Amino acid sequence: MGATATVLLWASALLAPAFGVLVFTMNSMARVTFALLACLVCVGGIVTVLGLSYLGVVIVLMMVMEMVIMAVFMIAYMMNPAGLMPMSMLHNRRGALVISGSLFAALVAGIFLVPWPERGGARPRNTTFQIGAALMREQMLTMITLGFVLLATMVGATVLATRRGRYDRFGDELDQRPARDPAGGGVGR
Amino acid sequence: MVEAGAWWTVLAAPAILFGLAGLAVVGDAALDARGAGRPLTPGTAVRPLLAVSRALLAQPRRLPAPDRLLWRAGVITVPVAAVLSTLVIPFGGHVVADLSVGVVWFNAMEALTWAGLWLAGWGPNAAFSLIGGYRFLAQGLAYELPLMFALISAATGARSLRVTDIAAAQHGLWYAVWMPFALLVHLAAVLAFSFLGPFAYPAGRDIAGGVLGETSGADRLLLQAGRWLWLAAGAAMAVPLFLGGGAGPGLPAWAWSLVKTLLVLGLLVWVSRRLPVIRADRYVELAWVVLLPPAVLQVLVPALVDLNL
Amino acid sequence: MTFELLLVPAAGLFCTGLFGALSQQSIVMVMMGIELMIGGIIVAAADFWHFLAPAAASGQVVIVAAVVAMAVEMAMGFAVTTALYRARQVDMTDMAEDLKG
Repeated sequence: MGATATVLLWASALLAPAFGVLVFTMNSMARVTFALLACLVCVGGIVTVLGLSYLGVVIVLMMVMEMVIMAVFMIAYMMNPAGLMPMSMLHNRRGALVISGSLFAALVAGIFLVPWPERGGARPRNTTFQIGAALMREQMLTMITLGFVLLATMVGATVLATRRGRYDRFGDELDQRPARDPAGGGVGR
Repeated sequence: MVEAGAWWTVLAAPAILFGLAGLAVVGDAALDARGAGRPLTPGTAVRPLLAVSRALLAQPRRLPAPDRLLWRAGVITVPVAAVLSTLVIPFGGHVVADLSVGVVWFNAMEALTWAGLWLAGWGPNAAFSLIGGYRFLAQGLAYELPLMFALISAATGARSLRVTDIAAAQHGLWYAVWMPFALLVHLAAVLAFSFLGPFAYPAGRDIAGGVLGETSGADRLLLQAGRWLWLAAGAAMAVPLFLGGGAGPGLPAWAWSLVKTLLVLGLLVWVSRRLPVIRADRYVELAWVVLLPPAVLQVLVPALVDLNL
Repeated sequence: MTFELLLVPAAGLFCTGLFGALSQQSIVMVMMGIELMIGGIIVAAADFWHFLAPAAASGQVVIVAAVVAMAVEMAMGFAVTTALYRARQVDMTDMAEDLKG
């Protein structure tokens, strides 16, 4: 690791938890969402600097889109989107602090007490090729499972989120054309 | 053949990008003048660039309760992401950073525009401005998937995510020839992420300028610059991806890159003035129902060709 | 030493997210907590891959699975929130505790 990479690594490693804390301390929902985005961009930066450039850049790409969509939902569902009136919406604050604090202490103790093994094997020249080959060869089952999970999510999320079924669109006899939709589309109308 | 990261490329790449964006603005103004029947003088060409000094001197508009931090962040993100995207675009024999995941880098920088424009719409605490931001998100959901498949087509053809590898893999036959649909989708997406012409919906006149509506002075200048910088960056990216990069007879590589980029840029500026604005809800359906299936099939073509090699 | 020190911010991210997921009332904020926890897992996985077993691709596969988990969690979370909100104008966990044992 060169000097630039080391500086980048530690800057991201310090900024990521800082932004993570901001997520639960700021009032404005827009700022909260973008604090989370900044935190996850730092995570992507750490992953990139550690040699997994493909996964790191993909994390940044995906998180930007995800957080922007999240901002839309945040503002749709939260009563205080702009944070003009500071408010707290917590329950069981002390219990949560005790649980997460003691877990953190246990994890840090574990990190420094466990005798970690030495580095095994050499780093591949092309890490992107390594992940691609793994997903298409020995980890093919993982890839297939992830694919089905994503498909099930798409179908399930759509079914849960939509109120209207085909009888609402096409009428009781399913013969109404064009469909009765709240918003028109661009194809075939 | 391609050398990466000479120190002067860090300065040259943004300079070239700004030059190209300026040329696009000038060309747009010239077409404006021709459309209005005015004579084409040097003044018509220079006038839009005078807006830069006017914007810098303008009194900034003050609004009640803006989210100044997020607004600034969004306004700055758009042009900065455009400049950062050019790090991986080879120009002739030179590239600033020859990343092994260049295509993904370009895509990630383009996704940053989503965040930037939404924040630019959110910041001023004004309804029309926020609607403009939402409109860009809807448009983004529409153009992004076909764009990703278009980028993947070129990467699959070259079996590399490195942009210089993709340019080098097109010896003899440009990807534009056997992946014309991917090129088309890419060019449409370039207009969409620079929200110009048919995709000017987020800055539409019907919502008083949308994301641009409440901005003034340097903020407005940065957003407008971001638009044209993205147009130039997208046009420059089309050259190594689909048009063979700097390859060509006679002239040196940088000259071919310049000529091709200017041709693509000119085409985009001309087309953007010819098409009516399309609403995002219409474009979502067009993009997902009509454009997406052929885009997936388009990836299949280079995949099958690769298998045969 | 870098390996151990880098695990600390990963644990920090995980525990910050856990605090949020346990203490926040709004469902959307609970989801943000879960995203932070998965972010911590991603940092730890990249750290383990880089410093302990770079030759094994499984470390990278863990990151892919974590990223997919993030996407799935967010999509399903918003779908459930939308369904819940549609049924009874509620977006807080405390108002949807019918199945609490």
